[in-house]
Amino acid sequence: MSDTMTDDASRRDFLYIATGAAGLVATGAAVWPLVDQMNPSADVLALATVEVDVSAVEAGTQITVKWRGKPVFIRHRTEHEIEAARAVDVGSLPDGDARNANLPAGSPATDADRAASEDGQWLVMMGVCTHLGCVPIGNASGDFGGWFCPCHGSHYDTAGRIRKGPAPRNLPIPEIAVNGTTITLIEEYKA
Amino acid sequence: MKSMTLKSALAAVATVAALAISAPAHAAGTAHTEDISFSFEGPFGKFDKAQLQRGWQVFREVCSTCHGMRYVSARELTWDNGPGFEEEQVKAFLADSGWEVADEEGEPGDTRPMKLSDKFPANTSAGAPDLSLMAKSRAGFHGPYGSGINQLLRGIGGPEYIFSILTGYHEPPACAPEDASGYYNAAFAAGGIPDGCKDEHGHVSVSGSWIGMPPPLSDDAVEYQDGTPATVEQMAEDVAAFLTWAAEPHMMDRKAAGARNVAFLVILSVLLYLTNKALWANVKKKKKA
Amino acid sequence: MSAIPHPPFEPKNKFVKWVDSRLPIFGLVYATLTIPTPKNLNWMWIWGIVLAAFLVVQLATGIVLVMHYTPHADMAFASVEHIMRDVNGGWLLRYAHANGASMFFIAVYAHIFRGLYYGSYKNPREITWIVGILIYVCMMAAAFMGYVLPWGQMSFWGATVITNLFSAIPFVGDDIVKFLWGGFAVDNPTLNRFFSLHYLVPFVIAALVAVHIWAFHSTGNNNPAGVPVRTKDFETVQKDTVPFWPYYVIKDLFALALFLIFFVVMVFFMPNFLGHPDNFIEANPLSTPSHIVPEWYFLPFYAILRAFTGDVWLVQFVSFVTGGLVDAKLFGVIAMFGAIIAMALAPWLDTSKVISGRYRPQFKWWFWLLVIDFFVLMWVGAMPAEEPYATISLVASAYWFGYFFVILPMLGFTEKPKEVPETVEAAFDEMIAAKYAKKAKAAGAAATPAE
Repeated sequence: MSDTMTDDASRRDFLYIATGAAGLVATGAAVWPLVDQMNPSADVLALATVEVDVSAVEAGTQITVKWRGKPVFIRHRTEHEIEAARAVDVGSLPDGDARNANLPAGSPATDADRAASEDGQWLVMMGVCTHLGCVPIGNASGDFGGWFCPCHGSHYDTAGRIRKGPAPRNLPIPEIAVNGTTITLIEEYKA
Repeated sequence: MKSMTLKSALAAVATVAALAISAPAHAAGTAHTEDISFSFEGPFGKFDKAQLQRGWQVFREVCSTCHGMRYVSARELTWDNGPGFEEEQVKAFLADSGWEVADEEGEPGDTRPMKLSDKFPANTSAGAPDLSLMAKSRAGFHGPYGSGINQLLRGIGGPEYIFSILTGYHEPPACAPEDASGYYNAAFAAGGIPDGCKDEHGHVSVSGSWIGMPPPLSDDAVEYQDGTPATVEQMAEDVAAFLTWAAEPHMMDRKAAGARNVAFLVILSVLLYLTNKALWANVKKKKKA
Repeated sequence: MSAIPHPPFEPKNKFVKWVDSRLPIFGLVYATLTIPTPKNLNWMWIWGIVLAAFLVVQLATGIVLVMHYTPHADMAFASVEHIMRDVNGGWLLRYAHANGASMFFIAVYAHIFRGLYYGSYKNPREITWIVGILIYVCMMAAAFMGYVLPWGQMSFWGATVITNLFSAIPFVGDDIVKFLWGGFAVDNPTLNRFFSLHYLVPFVIAALVAVHIWAFHSTGNNNPAGVPVRTKDFETVQKDTVPFWPYYVIKDLFALALFLIFFVVMVFFMPNFLGHPDNFIEANPLSTPSHIVPEWYFLPFYAILRAFTGDVWLVQFVSFVTGGLVDAKLFGVIAMFGAIIAMALAPWLDTSKVISGRYRPQFKWWFWLLVIDFFVLMWVGAMPAEEPYATISLVASAYWFGYFFVILPMLGFTEKPKEVPETVEAAFDEMIAAKYAKKAKAAGAAATPAE
């Protein structure tokens, strides 16, 4: 077999591989839009950020807003509630993690790491029990003056931390931005 | 065989030419739409952000009085390949406008102020058509020879049509009575025509017809922030560009993706051509030798 | 499956063997891919693969569009705008689907006229041809119902006009139209049933495509020479054929890639070229657009529908003979469907023993006249129903029927065909020889001035 023959053959192999590869890329590029269309559309994403004006929420009351199809509790805590939350020894909590999307994972569940503002007045968290997804009852309910889930009897304290009952974790705190009396529920859509 | 392939190629070209032939058979009147060279025309066309922002201002301050834009959301105004306003700017527009939308959480009939995520209200107060898709629902021209091929370079003339209407208000021709209903517009073909402007066979002697919309623009009807002189022509062109974007907000993404697709397919075609040639070389050579 | 001898499938892989002895699916794929295919096929034999590819494009884009579309008279138009603006890549999916339909028809017309020229409809491929016509009819149904779904002005009025065709049927016409509409006008029930059927028909097409392929794989492909592949033994077969994979797969893919460039230019740079501006106005049952025109692929048959008015003596005669039962309206409807049935009957109307038009000197002229006739019909179909278009469409419609019912049957007796090659191999060698001769001549001509 002469050199030109093998040269020819390898050039042909290269051509076949290049064509095959280009064909695969073309197929992939054509399939991608068919998959991507299932991701949330622009109008759905536009509702993913909610701005809440809390200027009318007085101390000792709370509002529930719907965000991404789920309830979010926004509570204006009283001095008494803040003190009660701060007096708790973090080491004694069933869940020692702050569960705060605004802080690095593993931050301790101190009240300062749970509250939305430095003065501790505002507490913003998802209103979904970490046990089986019921909505806990608020307004100083339960054994610890915070929230109580009627489904299976989980008690949360005034910082929304689980204290008693079957729920495994503290009520999670979503990504938020506080600007005066406007609280924005955000979270970059990770796609 | 050779002739068959060539002829079929010609036939294919003829198909394309014949595809969009349709006669603009307006029984009422005739009108001519001038071509304008917009920045967004052609395969590499791009929207002019400053122009879209000016066009929005014209829409907001003038058109929206009577016209709605019910398929467009306020948030679209922040899209990069469009007017590209800051969110805060759009919020300010909305706060300023007083536009209300149905409140889905309140009682039926309740309204609340429009938010960024809402669509613009449908405005039917004056019976004016919605402007969301106006630039795509009017064809200014079908050239050359009705083939429509110049869409590739100049579009269908939707924005040109809008421009022509906005600048088409002239002195009514002498044949019209003083009290003709509507306003004479040389670019509007679909309106009414007074009997005085028709001959005994019903043929129309004037260009255009009478339109219900009073002339919406006059010089300095708006004050442009960027200092562009607000002549009627300038405003008409700007709002035509804005409405083109509103009708086809992804046009720039589309054209950019098109360029990538064509380039890649050309490479793939060349590779397949060479592969095909190499593959068949044996079959075709053996017989020759 | 194939009448043409070709090597048996002998799987080496254990798993393949295990499956194949229970369900011979690998054997089927192998037989389909390696089927001996005449080696003299020209570039008009690419359209089948283009059609298959666009069936896949339409199914894939259609299925995902349904995830965002709302089939309700009040919401359909808005949901299409939702797709165009907010769904990720929605504009691309929608424009690809809309233009894909047109590509489908360009390819199917090229495919049909190829069959008419090379006699692909003749013995023994009549069933392939009939199934093909059924596919074409299903395509028209799917395209028509799909065009209604965006619920624009053209959607609505196109649906109204076409469904009203059925009112021409004597006695039961009006009841049939009411049945089609599910009411007293095109409305929400109509939209819903069209949506359901528009989703169903493509799968019927896919099944018919399988039958179509099955049929011509049983008879063997036609080819430009029209002579059958010799089937004495596998060695002889190999002289006339090459295996489908890789020879024709790669060739067809190359042609497909070129066609896709055209498709992509349409989708990305002039997506509304084949659409109509009026369809960007939401359906309004109270106002008809000034000029209703069907999609371009219906125009030739639409022209035939309109050609037979009450002024035509034939229509008057038929009306008189039938005692007014067949009026101009019904005559037009019959003519339109008849034009398609004429094509379906071609295998029995064509009396020539020679299959390929390449060796039929008179036939060629009539055939090319038919092609021109087709484009003329397409053109007058888009024109308003007035002179001179009315006369042109009448003449053009008459030729369409004349070609199938007069010229094809007669040519078999009056025409003296040219000599047909004995075998596919001979035709192929002739083609290669002609190619080299042409090349040599071109080289000679180019060399002369240089000296």
